[in-house]
Amino acid sequence: MTALTKSRRAKGSKLQRGEGLAGWLFTSPMLLILGLFLLIPVLMALWVSFSDWSGRGSPLSGSVNFVGLDNYRDVTSGGGLDERNFGISMRNNAWYVVLVVPIQTALSLFLALLVNRSVLRGRGVFRTAFYFPSVTSSVAITVLWLFLFSTSGVINKILSWIGVNGPNWFNDPRGVVHVLLDKIGISGGPEALTSSSFLGISLWEWSSGPSIAMFALILMAIFTTSGTFMLLFLAALQNVGAELDEAGMLDGAGAWRRFWSITLPQLRPTVFTVVTLGLIGTWQVFDQIYTGTQGAPGKTTLTPAFLSYQTAFTGQKWGHGSAIAFILFVIIILLTLFQRWALRERPVPKRKRLRRLKSRTEEGSGA
Amino acid sequence: MSQPTKKSEPVKIHPALTTRGGSRSATPLGQLLLYALLVSLAVIYVFPFLVQIATSFKTDAEAASDPISLVPQIWTTQAYEHLFLRSDFPLWFLNSAVVTLLVTLGRVLFVSMAGYALARLRFRGRGLVFALVVAVMAVPGVVLLIPKFLVLKQLGIYDSYAGMVLPLLVDAAGVFIMKNFFESIPASVEEQARIDGAGTFRTFWSIVLPMARPALITITILSFQGSWNELSHFIVSTQSPELTTLTKGVAQLASGQLSQGTQYPLKLASAAIMTIPVAVLFFIFQRHIMNTSEGAIKG
Repeated sequence: MTALTKSRRAKGSKLQRGEGLAGWLFTSPMLLILGLFLLIPVLMALWVSFSDWSGRGSPLSGSVNFVGLDNYRDVTSGGGLDERNFGISMRNNAWYVVLVVPIQTALSLFLALLVNRSVLRGRGVFRTAFYFPSVTSSVAITVLWLFLFSTSGVINKILSWIGVNGPNWFNDPRGVVHVLLDKIGISGGPEALTSSSFLGISLWEWSSGPSIAMFALILMAIFTTSGTFMLLFLAALQNVGAELDEAGMLDGAGAWRRFWSITLPQLRPTVFTVVTLGLIGTWQVFDQIYTGTQGAPGKTTLTPAFLSYQTAFTGQKWGHGSAIAFILFVIIILLTLFQRWALRERPVPKRKRLRRLKSRTEEGSGA
Repeated sequence: MSQPTKKSEPVKIHPALTTRGGSRSATPLGQLLLYALLVSLAVIYVFPFLVQIATSFKTDAEAASDPISLVPQIWTTQAYEHLFLRSDFPLWFLNSAVVTLLVTLGRVLFVSMAGYALARLRFRGRGLVFALVVAVMAVPGVVLLIPKFLVLKQLGIYDSYAGMVLPLLVDAAGVFIMKNFFESIPASVEEQARIDGAGTFRTFWSIVLPMARPALITITILSFQGSWNELSHFIVSTQSPELTTLTKGVAQLASGQLSQGTQYPLKLASAAIMTIPVAVLFFIFQRHIMNTSEGAIKG
């Protein structure tokens, strides 16, 4: 034993010297590519967001000037079209996030609970059906969605069966909340909302909700991502101990009660993951807009990601485009940190809860 | 010592409970409702794809007048003929195939090398490199559109295969997956090989990689799906029509940049063909995909 460890240690020091070199050799392709196509690009774009580069020549050439926070000021408080466009894109995306994240989290958890039953016949088929939309590309699914939600399309056909006159989906810029308010007779905003504004658009405009067109895209996001997140929940459910659930059952807790006080607390880390991934993903809406609506109708499907692209590549305002991209970057990072904080583990109460459950289990099995 | 007895308690309860619980939830009505719910949900998830395939075989007029039927009144392969014989579609397909193949091969190699080094090789700066990988994973992809364009221009590889492939060759999430995998398998076998005098690369190539099969399959699936479905990178890295990939081509077709009128059968046919390779991959590795996380945990 001792001889072996000794020789191993001797070899180890020799190996370790080789390992240093090998370690760098093995990671060098990764470092090269991440550095070249991620780190340097981000730094370069950061420079562009502080410069007046117009798209001609290299942004690093001597004729490009440092303009400080001008680009950021233009898009967040300029009072002009740049600010208004940014404000509109932020409103659109905020509504998208608010609706997609909770619904996709709840739906994927619901699907996972449905197909997790071991006695379920054909659960593989159901899992496959729910997961399949996740493997298709966003481009293909958008093409399909444009057809399904066209004016004389499948969705409106189905709606007509139950006597509903479907909207013009991708051509309808009306906000969903405003449409509903209009139904109950409120057609104009109160003075307090119309007179004050944020990012160049009035609070009344902020309250409009997603447009009907954006609503179709919201449904699409839920449709395509719920399968992926269902798999995450399924994996987590495998690790949820059956013991606690059974203890709850012995205590006479109903299925609904057991879900809320036994299963869900154990799924907390996965809920955190799904919500965070959802938040990160939903602030990056680009492919669907590029493929489908290009921001139309009435700019109501404009998102910061697409606006950043359009401003730079089509409008040739590279400084503005980069500034929007970096604002988006900061939003996503901040949201991630906030989520981490909001859903952080609170160790003491949880342990108490567990202890209480455990003592109840012992009582239950003793009785 | 007390732990085993504690653990055995629930096991004893288990059979009694399942029969009771089972009989409670297995009321015929409850079962029926559960299956009815599952079937209707499954129909909602699958029906759009059936409509897509059916419509791709319809005429333009029928697609507009009767969008919902799954059996075309007049079968026509017009859309497919148009795509394959009178458009750039085959070229787009070829470009996508070449890029996907190169990216997948490169990623599997580079990502597993980096993951192995981060998990097993002790070298100065390893913590720093790993911190970089974690930080990079947090960078949102759409924020990189303008930056990537700028660097590709600067490097002189804008509008070339190199510009399309090179930036996609490494994916930080993949490195993370491989690192976790290598940490989950015992190091004894490879240590023995290295004590026997095999070099690091030799050990990695002929001993470690074959053991890493399940994780490599995961990386292959992720890379294939990721690069085949990639859109934004190809928008900012190319402009010439000869380098258009399927995603970019079909997206331009859909947003009306290349065509007039609705032409739904044509668009849906192109989207359907685009879906086939990833669908095939999915069905081949279905078991693996559905159990990925389970397997990793059991690891």
